[in-house]
Amino acid sequence: MDFFVQILVGGLSIGFLYGLSAMGFVMIFKSSSVLNFAHGELLAIGAYFFLAFVTWAKLPILLSFLLALAACFLLGIIIERILLRPLIGEPLIFVIMLTVGLAAMFKGLILLLWGGNLFTYPDFLPKALGVQWGIVRIPPVYGATLIIGTVFLVLFGLFFKFSSQGIYMRSVADNQRAALSLGVHVKRVFALSWAIAALVAGMSGIVLGIINGVNVHDLSAIGLKVFPVVILGGLDSIGGAIIGGIIIGLLENFTSGYLSPSLRDVVPYVVLVLILLLKPYGLFGLKEIERV
Amino acid sequence: MHPCGNFRERYEQEIKVFSTDFGRLWAGVGFVLLLAVVPLLATPYTLYIVNTIGIAAIAVIGLNILIGFTGQISLGHGAFFGVGAYAAAILSTALGLPLIVSVPAAGLITALIGMIFGIPSGRLKGLYLTIATLAGQFIIEYVLIHWESLTQGTMGITLPPARLLGLPIRGDLGFYYLIFASLAGMGWIAVNLVRTRYGRAFIAIRDNDRAAEGMGIPIFRYKLLSFGISSFYAGFAGALWAYYMGSITAEPFNLGLSVEYIAMVIIGGLGSISGSIFGAVFITLLNEGLRFMTGILMNWGFISQSGLNIAPLREFVFGLAIVLFILLEPRGLAELWRIVRSNFRLWPFSY
Amino acid sequence: MDRMLLQLNNVSVVYSDVIQVLKGVSLSVENNRIVSLLGSNGAGKTTTLKAVSGLLKPENGKVTDGTILYRGKEIQNQSPETITRHGIIQVLEGRQPFKYLTIEENLRVGTATRWGKPYRQDLEKVYHYFPALWERRRGLAGYCSGGELQMLVMGRALMAHPELLLLDEPSLGLAPLVVKEIFRIIRQINEEEGTTIVLVEQNARMALQIAHYGYVMENGKIVMEGLAGDLCANPDIREFYLGLSAAGNVKSYTEVKSYRRRKRWL
Repeated sequence: MDFFVQILVGGLSIGFLYGLSAMGFVMIFKSSSVLNFAHGELLAIGAYFFLAFVTWAKLPILLSFLLALAACFLLGIIIERILLRPLIGEPLIFVIMLTVGLAAMFKGLILLLWGGNLFTYPDFLPKALGVQWGIVRIPPVYGATLIIGTVFLVLFGLFFKFSSQGIYMRSVADNQRAALSLGVHVKRVFALSWAIAALVAGMSGIVLGIINGVNVHDLSAIGLKVFPVVILGGLDSIGGAIIGGIIIGLLENFTSGYLSPSLRDVVPYVVLVLILLLKPYGLFGLKEIERV
Repeated sequence: MHPCGNFRERYEQEIKVFSTDFGRLWAGVGFVLLLAVVPLLATPYTLYIVNTIGIAAIAVIGLNILIGFTGQISLGHGAFFGVGAYAAAILSTALGLPLIVSVPAAGLITALIGMIFGIPSGRLKGLYLTIATLAGQFIIEYVLIHWESLTQGTMGITLPPARLLGLPIRGDLGFYYLIFASLAGMGWIAVNLVRTRYGRAFIAIRDNDRAAEGMGIPIFRYKLLSFGISSFYAGFAGALWAYYMGSITAEPFNLGLSVEYIAMVIIGGLGSISGSIFGAVFITLLNEGLRFMTGILMNWGFISQSGLNIAPLREFVFGLAIVLFILLEPRGLAELWRIVRSNFRLWPFSY
Repeated sequence: MDRMLLQLNNVSVVYSDVIQVLKGVSLSVENNRIVSLLGSNGAGKTTTLKAVSGLLKPENGKVTDGTILYRGKEIQNQSPETITRHGIIQVLEGRQPFKYLTIEENLRVGTATRWGKPYRQDLEKVYHYFPALWERRRGLAGYCSGGELQMLVMGRALMAHPELLLLDEPSLGLAPLVVKEIFRIIRQINEEEGTTIVLVEQNARMALQIAHYGYVMENGKIVMEGLAGDLCANPDIREFYLGLSAAGNVKSYTEVKSYRRRKRWL
């Protein structure tokens, strides 16, 4: 029972993180229909930014965290400005392959700068974040994950629901032509969605780094798990991404706990194929209304 | 010589492979030179590189049929290449099949496995195939490593020496002939395939799948067919590679290889069979060049002392090459070649 | 010059570098007027509007010749973001709502050109013109009827405080009573807000009833212009667009010989 609960808690918080990082992915997909294959590298970049600020620059934790997020935000804008904007109007396949190239570039760059070793952050989380209820023990990391994740989720929810810029972003995702006719800055929306996606990805990367340590290969592999997550949740549903993430996280943890640890990393992809076969638009996705 | 302007009057003229006899002649001469002269000039190392290029080119031609002609991306071709290699290895060791049977059979097996991953995505419009093949990549990698009774896991499989129709194929030179005969054959099939109704259906799907469907092209069947064909090419190339290497493990068939193939397709030129070969040449040479450079740089004292690891430079340069080609010359080396050629043809009078 | 809000001088538009749709269109729109643009399908009415609003660019179209002056300044081939900020808003043909946004959120997108400024009063104004929207303001636009959607997209455009409103076929596919209501509101907006309106319509009769001035397009050219009342009285217009014979009887569509129109005008 103890084991079961540990696995459950671990799976939930990892899954929550998957969901959060998938949220950024969905945002890019919704606004510009681009599948971002560099998502894992964005996670890794966030984690390494934080690492650099904490261990090299020796800045305080909170400041480093905010700086790392700001840097990711900026990076997102730069990527959109320099690499993706020239491709507006080109076939989507080019844009998607550009992200494949980008992924290789980023990964090579990180390996060049930091190498493939595992880094750990200094232990800074207050012990009070951990909770002990009888046999259930939640380590501080998971507590922190849940708090940070929830804060972000609520913030973004409010942003998209009520702020004007959030509504403009949704309008572009909905009907780009109409948004353009009303003077919505579509390019700015693209840049903003990349920026926010990079920020959320960076945040997830940092938290994953706190849990598992920082390593490019691991983080970029986790980045590819957004695909099972978003296919499960429906490619265009932000809420679906969170739930899909939690399901995948639980599934992984239970597989490695009860079946075999090596199976852990393929289970999400088996689920992906099954979902594509059985329920191709995901559990929560909107079936596209096609008009010729 | 090329006529100036478009004087084609019939569809047959439009789909001609060589627009003039002159071009046909040059292609023939080049082919003969390739077969006769290269082996004479080559050292074992250059032959090894040329062979690697040839094998990659076969796989990339297949991938180009999928990406360049049908407009679907596969991120699993590295794994499919591996499936071909393992299929050939298992067929030749466990069943004792000869090369001439096992290589095409390996291609067919790969095509079948590829189509299994293609089925769910074929039903959907858009780029679901990409995602399904990504899953395929990971699942196949896992199976290759963990199905030990079949693949012998991390131990790998050693193949019997290759024999073709009773003749032993020895050394890099023997394989050079085998590989280039295969490349010529597979290239010829591909060039002609894209001129048939199948090729035209693929292009129609690429350009507008809704319109293609409206014109009565069963897009699911054709997408799957295209995917099967391209997996066949990958499997075929993988099988040749297995024989060439003599022994295989699952290690090289990772996502990195898939990305490498995609890079070859893009850099070579989407939708161009000759471009696929250019892409294979470019990336393989880039690869070797970088390896060479890394070797030199590592010997420089200050770099090896600084602890900087140069090896990832390869990955970075790959990515950079993909990005730059997409931004600057999205139609790849094939287009650059065409421009160079027409400049030569018109020089010194550009009109 | 003061009274002229918009002037097109000899404007040519080419799509994808090969298809010429407008062949030297010249027209002018005075302040506070409703100008109606008539013509058959494919005459280039919508393209004219898009040339003004800058929406040609995403469709690979381009103004290759001539000038478009707005308040005396050239605006041809500017980006839609810039042009909408001059106060020119186009309402697209075929009602393009944001399906997954609520009515009120749809309206708020209309504030994009004035981002950061208060919009409460504008919302009230739109609900004043279109009371039907108020009742459904929390509902998703995807579930609205065609009439409601037309009101929605017009209201959305009003949110931007347009000086020049380009309306593309507001009556498309609507019931006659709804069309009447829509046209009444168009007139009302023009009178109360002082908004200048360019109205593209197939429904020539309705359009000429509310317009002050009219242009007729054929094959990418302006073939006739005049005060709305004069156009209504013109025998050719009566025959070709209003479906009336010289004697004033209603003719069936098949009897109207389009080749005669081409012969006489082109």
